[in-house]
Amino acid sequence: MKIAIASGKGGTGKTTVATAFAQALSRMEYSVSLVDCDVEAPNAHIFIQPILDQFEDVNVLIPSVDADSCTGCGLCAEVCQFHAIVVIGGKTLVFPEMCHGCGSCTLVCPEQAISEIPNRLGVLEGGLSQEGIRFGQGILDIGEPMAVPVISKLKKWQNLMDAEIVVIDSPPGASCPVVESLRGADYIILVTEPTPFGLHDLRQAYQVTQVLGIPAGIIINRDGIGDTGVDQYSAEVGIDILMRIPLERKIGQGIAQGKSLLEVKPEYEKYFQQLYLQIGEALSSGNNL
Amino acid sequence: MIIAISSTDGKFNTEFSPRFGRCNFFIIVDTDTREWEAKPNPALNARGGAGPQAVQFLSASGVEATITGRYGPNAYTTLKTADIRAYVAETGTPEELLDAFLSGTLEEVTSATGEELHH
Amino acid sequence: MKQLVILSGKGGTGKTSVAAAFADLLSLENAPFKTVLADADVDASNLELVLMPSVVEREEFWGGSVAEIDSDNCSACGICAEVCRFDAVSVKDDVYTVDPIACDGCAACVYQCPNEAISMKEQLAGEWYRSESRYGPLFHAMLIPAQENSGKLVTLVKQQARLLALDEAYDLVLVDGPPGIGCPVISAVSGANLALIVAEPTASGVHDMHRVLETTRHFGVEALICINKADIYLDGTNKIEEYCRKENIRMVGKIPFDLMVTESMIHGKPVTSYQPESPASLAIRDVWTEVMKAIKDQEL
Repeated sequence: MKIAIASGKGGTGKTTVATAFAQALSRMEYSVSLVDCDVEAPNAHIFIQPILDQFEDVNVLIPSVDADSCTGCGLCAEVCQFHAIVVIGGKTLVFPEMCHGCGSCTLVCPEQAISEIPNRLGVLEGGLSQEGIRFGQGILDIGEPMAVPVISKLKKWQNLMDAEIVVIDSPPGASCPVVESLRGADYIILVTEPTPFGLHDLRQAYQVTQVLGIPAGIIINRDGIGDTGVDQYSAEVGIDILMRIPLERKIGQGIAQGKSLLEVKPEYEKYFQQLYLQIGEALSSGNNL
Repeated sequence: MIIAISSTDGKFNTEFSPRFGRCNFFIIVDTDTREWEAKPNPALNARGGAGPQAVQFLSASGVEATITGRYGPNAYTTLKTADIRAYVAETGTPEELLDAFLSGTLEEVTSATGEELHH
Repeated sequence: MKQLVILSGKGGTGKTSVAAAFADLLSLENAPFKTVLADADVDASNLELVLMPSVVEREEFWGGSVAEIDSDNCSACGICAEVCRFDAVSVKDDVYTVDPIACDGCAACVYQCPNEAISMKEQLAGEWYRSESRYGPLFHAMLIPAQENSGKLVTLVKQQARLLALDEAYDLVLVDGPPGIGCPVISAVSGANLALIVAEPTASGVHDMHRVLETTRHFGVEALICINKADIYLDGTNKIEEYCRKENIRMVGKIPFDLMVTESMIHGKPVTSYQPESPASLAIRDVWTEVMKAIKDQEL
């Protein structure tokens, strides 16, 4: 079972929920993995403290043109949808940061003058946490624009994706890094805060789950800090509110220190375990919770 | 020689455009005869890579030097590859900038000076 | 004309609340700069919720394209699936289809298809708006959920803001940035004279502050740091202050955790307008003064 934790707005508590969820489930004797797909700003490792022993570079293959064979025909530049290769004055120029690594230019070159060389985008890191949770994260290199190839490769790590329960910590927002993180999940938990910003962005995030056709439910974090907008919206649209985590100084302080929610509030262990069972039941019966 | 000056309204006597990749027009001038024409910039609405595309257009028009406010890194690299010399100015009409170019008082740049448009 | 971008790395540190307060302070009489506002967080554009603008102009944003296979001309040769590097082509009962969500828009399949059975279809990816508000003109956008090219939409919003600023002699473009460090942030940072990083003193907040700082450094943009919710974890605040001292980064203020920020959000106003004497408002005003000074110092 793959359960992804998402939100529209940043800072609502995705990582807090994802790490607590993974910990609670691993204590049920399932094999659990926690996959941190927020490759721009990965934080789950702070709370899970894995011992990292697996490392893999993430590369995109970018074109390298053999100037001797190149006739300056310009076909490569014509087919490139991203303006990453330009032919001028009989010479070709590649702009690596624009290249998506699709290989199209390499395929079309009539002189076969293009070969591909790896361009590093980031790195994948993996290992086990002290509690036996299989952990994996992707880290996008500073200055690299494209998160998606890093997330995509992370989600192909077999030992992570083979666990009985895969918990995916996704980045905030509603665009392509989020979509890449959520694809293939069986269920999505949307974490929100009960404020106008939280509600506005929740709508966006919920639309993403609809586009992907994956069932979703909501966890309200910092309950009490704002208004009832999220509650009203959930009722209108028919999304289940799975859990409420109250606004409590103790929780905020604990998370600030890098402690997991279960450390600060041990009773949440059974709440998350119950939640898992409910999600499992709802998915097999096809009903809401 | 033929040079190009970025322009917003395609006129010779109004303030030039400080933008390169997405200016509306290029004023193409023959420095020997001072004959000029305004050509619309085909890269204006380009989805991405406007700078390099503008350079390709200018190169195909026989331009050997350009004058604008700033060049993004990709535009600059493309200019260099095409052996087109890049100049910058803070203010001026194309006519004034032509004079400045002819009298050698314009600043030639040797690296990108402006923001990079990532897409 | 200057550009100030507000960033954080981690989401939820208070960028938009600070940006809104800055917009408010810049709209007062005797404010040092005539300002155009831009919300560069196109996935989750919240600035409008507290600035309450009226939309004057709306334009469609066509992001990229996705491939579509014409089954009439398809010979089921499978070459498209072979060349696709994004796992976007699947086959069932000899019928090949492209998953528009997985499709990267590279068109490699289009050029390799021996029957010319594939074409690229443009995608409506969102909208951008030019609005008027009490605090000045605001450019913002909405990305259609699950669409790509949010970085391009950010670039578009900023370009429009800059164009207006240049055309109508505004002095400053204030950009409310997105979280993270990838292409939307890079687009937001590009061309900025100064970045204000709103950090929070939590373990995650400090970690991500480092990442966004490295990013501004990478792009050669000067950065200032302020700490929001500074009193929730003093250890974290001290760590950030120490780091700033060591790395010679200017710390321009500390803003306490203040529920008035949320209350003002609920009332659709910047906190400095809703409750000017609240602790957060007073602290933000100090941060704002320092940032304005820093922008002026750059002009010298």
